[in-house]
Amino acid sequence: MAECHPVGFQWVVEARERGATVIHIDPRFTRTSALADLHVPIRAGSDIAFLGGIIRYIIENDRWFHDYVVEFTNAATIVGDGFRDAEEQDGVFSGFDPDTRSYDPQSWMYRGASVAAATGNRARPAGADGTSRPQQDRSLKDPRCVFQLLRRHYARYTPELVAQVTGVPVATFLRVAEALCRNSGRERTSAFCYAVGWTQHTVGVQYIRTAAIIQALLGNMGRPGGGILALRGHASIQGSTDIPTLYDMLPGYIPMPGTAPYTDWQDFVRCNSSPTGYWGHMEEYFVSLMKAWYGDAATEENGWCFDHLPRIDADHSAYVFTKGMLEGTVKGLFLLGENPAVGSSAGKFNRMAMSKLDWLVVRDLVEIESASFWYRSPEIESGELRTVDIPTEVFLLPAAAHTEKDGSFTNTQRLLQWHHTAVEPKGDCRSELWFFYHLGRIIRRKLAGSTEERDRALRDLTWDYPTKGAIEEPSAEAVLAEVNGHGADGNPLNGYVELRKDGSTSCGCWIYCGCYAGGVNQTARRTPVWEQGTWPAAQWGWAWPDNRRVLYNRASADAEGRPWSERKRYVWWNEEAKRWEGVDRPDFRAVTPPSYRAPDGAQAEMAISGNDPFVMQADGKAWLYAPFGLRDGPLPTHYEPLESPFPNALYPETPHNPVLQVVESSMTPLARGGADEVYPYIATTYRLTEHHTAGGMSRFTEYLSELQPEFFCEVSRELARERGLENAGWATIISPRAAIEARVLVTDRIPPLLVQGRVVHTVGLPFHWGAMGLSTGDSANDLLHLGLDPNVHIEEAKAALCDIRPGRRPRGRALLELVEGHRRRAGLAGGGSGSAGRPQA
Amino acid sequence: MNGGSVPGVATGGAPVPPMDPLSASRLSTIVSHDLDIRSHDPDGTPRRMGFFTDSSLCIGCKACEVACKEWNQVPDDGLLFTGESYDNTGDLGCNSWRHVAFIEQTREVAVPGDGGGPATRWLMASDVCKHCSNAACLDVCPTGAITRTEFGTVVVQPDVCNGCGYCVSACPFGVLERRRDDGRVWKCTLCYDRLREDMEPACAKACPTKSIQFGQLSELLPMADARVAELHRRGVAEARLYGADRADGVGGFGAFFLLLDEPEVYGLPPDPVDPTRDAWQGWSAAAVAALGLVATIGVAFLGRGRR
Repeated sequence: MAECHPVGFQWVVEARERGATVIHIDPRFTRTSALADLHVPIRAGSDIAFLGGIIRYIIENDRWFHDYVVEFTNAATIVGDGFRDAEEQDGVFSGFDPDTRSYDPQSWMYRGASVAAATGNRARPAGADGTSRPQQDRSLKDPRCVFQLLRRHYARYTPELVAQVTGVPVATFLRVAEALCRNSGRERTSAFCYAVGWTQHTVGVQYIRTAAIIQALLGNMGRPGGGILALRGHASIQGSTDIPTLYDMLPGYIPMPGTAPYTDWQDFVRCNSSPTGYWGHMEEYFVSLMKAWYGDAATEENGWCFDHLPRIDADHSAYVFTKGMLEGTVKGLFLLGENPAVGSSAGKFNRMAMSKLDWLVVRDLVEIESASFWYRSPEIESGELRTVDIPTEVFLLPAAAHTEKDGSFTNTQRLLQWHHTAVEPKGDCRSELWFFYHLGRIIRRKLAGSTEERDRALRDLTWDYPTKGAIEEPSAEAVLAEVNGHGADGNPLNGYVELRKDGSTSCGCWIYCGCYAGGVNQTARRTPVWEQGTWPAAQWGWAWPDNRRVLYNRASADAEGRPWSERKRYVWWNEEAKRWEGVDRPDFRAVTPPSYRAPDGAQAEMAISGNDPFVMQADGKAWLYAPFGLRDGPLPTHYEPLESPFPNALYPETPHNPVLQVVESSMTPLARGGADEVYPYIATTYRLTEHHTAGGMSRFTEYLSELQPEFFCEVSRELARERGLENAGWATIISPRAAIEARVLVTDRIPPLLVQGRVVHTVGLPFHWGAMGLSTGDSANDLLHLGLDPNVHIEEAKAALCDIRPGRRPRGRALLELVEGHRRRAGLAGGGSGSAGRPQA
Repeated sequence: MNGGSVPGVATGGAPVPPMDPLSASRLSTIVSHDLDIRSHDPDGTPRRMGFFTDSSLCIGCKACEVACKEWNQVPDDGLLFTGESYDNTGDLGCNSWRHVAFIEQTREVAVPGDGGGPATRWLMASDVCKHCSNAACLDVCPTGAITRTEFGTVVVQPDVCNGCGYCVSACPFGVLERRRDDGRVWKCTLCYDRLREDMEPACAKACPTKSIQFGQLSELLPMADARVAELHRRGVAEARLYGADRADGVGGFGAFFLLLDEPEVYGLPPDPVDPTRDAWQGWSAAAVAALGLVATIGVAFLGRGRR
């Protein structure tokens, strides 16, 4: 966190100064470890074993928060009799289809009731109509209740197994587990912070799920000082998920319609939401969104222009559409602040794909590698590509920096903060807002006379943002006002509870409703906490939803609505006023008393009982066990990374996530089936404080480049000795995909680990470098494969296999021969022929 | 400013008393809002300002190095990979007025419950010109280019410096260096231009963890003593101040440090001495020698006269 989020890390330092215990779990000792109370080196790709061990520790030592768990989680809920755990079936859950390598999740459902998921796969399962409540055994003794399933599932995750799988010694593991338990409960809370070290795995989503189980068992959700914090990689990556650049999502986490034959828009909502919990209001959120986009053109008669929306017919995630570029089905690409030639896994795959495009628009601050691949790239150097043969027309358009435009950033804690233009952009540099507004304006002008039905979706858009200045910059605040939404009287809305499904309200993103309340840019508020006098500083910026600073904060009070402790009081039930109140906006229907019990058939928030703090969930409970929503199982379980030098100690027959996704390509063979003899080391990628992701914002400026001027790899003394590597010398790192060269940094900070009885070495690789800019070097991501998490299609960038040897890499054809020679020795299909294929279970 | 909060909309609902453990006056333990960063008394009298760089809070982000260069328009120091941990700046010089040292230490330590083993420590500390109370560079400067400012800081005036380089060899810390292209000496000014406007120096402003504290030296010194005492109380026995002693060889630093190991470990001299401090002894000896010479010559002449 200190390494990649130094500004946010000030609050960890602050907490440590106040007595907090800071534990850092990472294969390498980083700047974070330097300030932590304890650094735990762990084998990359083994975190579920580690976290699962903590779950077992909590349960077996009776350290779970009984009242919280019984009342606020689904621990007591009974699971259907058809469910079979992976522990019973050597690594696969019930519902597994070996032919399609996918799960039918039907057998995972609760007994006697069906619920939809609030996130992930949002399709409404059969029977999830809110007419019946799930069965419960509040004694938690029923062998089919979630708590007993959980206990059995993690029974084998003993400290000894944790040590065997992760390389973390038993005593160190116990120290972490004990510290976490000791700092949880009524009087204390603990938080988890994670970043792509957790997400970039073929089981990435399940990593986070494991942490969620721990935090629910310990009562660390919805309470001050608790939670699970996703540290985002760029400014406003959170914002680009909320108002998404994702292919399968509409603003505010409303799913994108698929090709299912919906009878009408209400059928779409019905098929993709739960009638119980706050998603029971998706109709209001959806209609208001369509009114924001289509204004008067959206009427009840035309289904609020539902048919204007595109429909998803297949997986169009990043690596899949990149493969479409290779195959010629995707002809053009916009790249906005993204540099896949350096930043994406398997760089060659991405660069070769771009060389097949008809056109490519790159909007960035500088000429990044994704704009220069056609004349400067590893493939040009090796002769695999020749400039004259590349048909791609590349448009490099200069972008304005954040200091040159108005706008908002949404950070990890969902806080929106406004930034104002400090200086006008130079020359032709323009904001993305400018680019898309004028692009849309010009396209709409061209379509003005069109009678084609397919053009209606563009012609009907509300596209009337005021512009200012010589460059006709659209007003970002007008966009924010549209996102906030307004009522029939034209006045800004104050919050999402005011949204209606009769078309009288418009709102561009329901969770952001209220950010422009009262016609005031709430995100631009900057009253420091020491001037507000109250905590948690509600008048600094604006947090979604409804300016709440802690989500699900009704969980900060017990079942009767009393704070769990005076020390941790946050939100509580005021019996005299008959309302929830507190230092934060209660994340709960304000007048629902703790004693309320939702009747069968109740809808939306009325289906949420007074002891159901997790109001977005269909059953109001934190899900220790996810009966629906995930593609790879209701409980996290340890699988090895797709490329691993070790068998799965838990399931010898199921080495990897059995439903992981692989984007197949001849350029990306996998090191499998004994290939670890040729590629014996674990490659893991990461960032450095001095550089920004793929380098577009750092390698082109001398003040940052001089601080980390060259691409380097980090290796232990032991590995350096084993392979003859010299500090400050050169090394060549080879995977089945590529061979790259790097300077060598020999350090004790990336220690060898003892795993399954033998020593394993890790090669640490910061991934910032490419061919352009002041500081140049090979790209670490070129080494990686295209194994993906099946839920969110993220790449497994944090654990792959590699070889390393001293000296610089060869150039030209000799480089290809080096890669090919390793493949041959490992018995892998070579480049240009064959295919990696699906992993064999 | 209270940028337009709307009653009852986004201000946290009904007024509630501040939470006890986090009352406004105790919001922060390391980010002191009480530290007065203004370089002038209310009546306009300049104050002696300085840095207290607390390495126990440093995360090695190098924001100080970058902020310094941005504000002072210092050129880059060359893109050179050193292989010395994450330090590619090397040392202070004409083009690096802040320098973050990275020292990797591995030692056998007893870990409770673990029975001991190797433990890694990564020391980071941001070095800077010490702005000595008795500054040798200033004393030896023949042109008067190096002056002590109204804030007690030591500044090289680039329009006066003739590049003679006397100060380079005089500095016990190796801070001063001539630029190859223009021959003149450049170093930290403690952001003299910012101090004139009561603004804190760029490095202190950019430091996210308040490892670099800026203020009046008279306030920083007791604060640093308290910090060392606190760290000792927590069992960090190796915490010590460097340059806080007014009786040391340079009369105490205007920019002093809290270190977690011996100064030599960070590349700092353990007992820096202003080489001009004892200069009067040299002149005395010269005077004695001169007198002796005169006497000898006189005697010689006398002797000859006698002859």
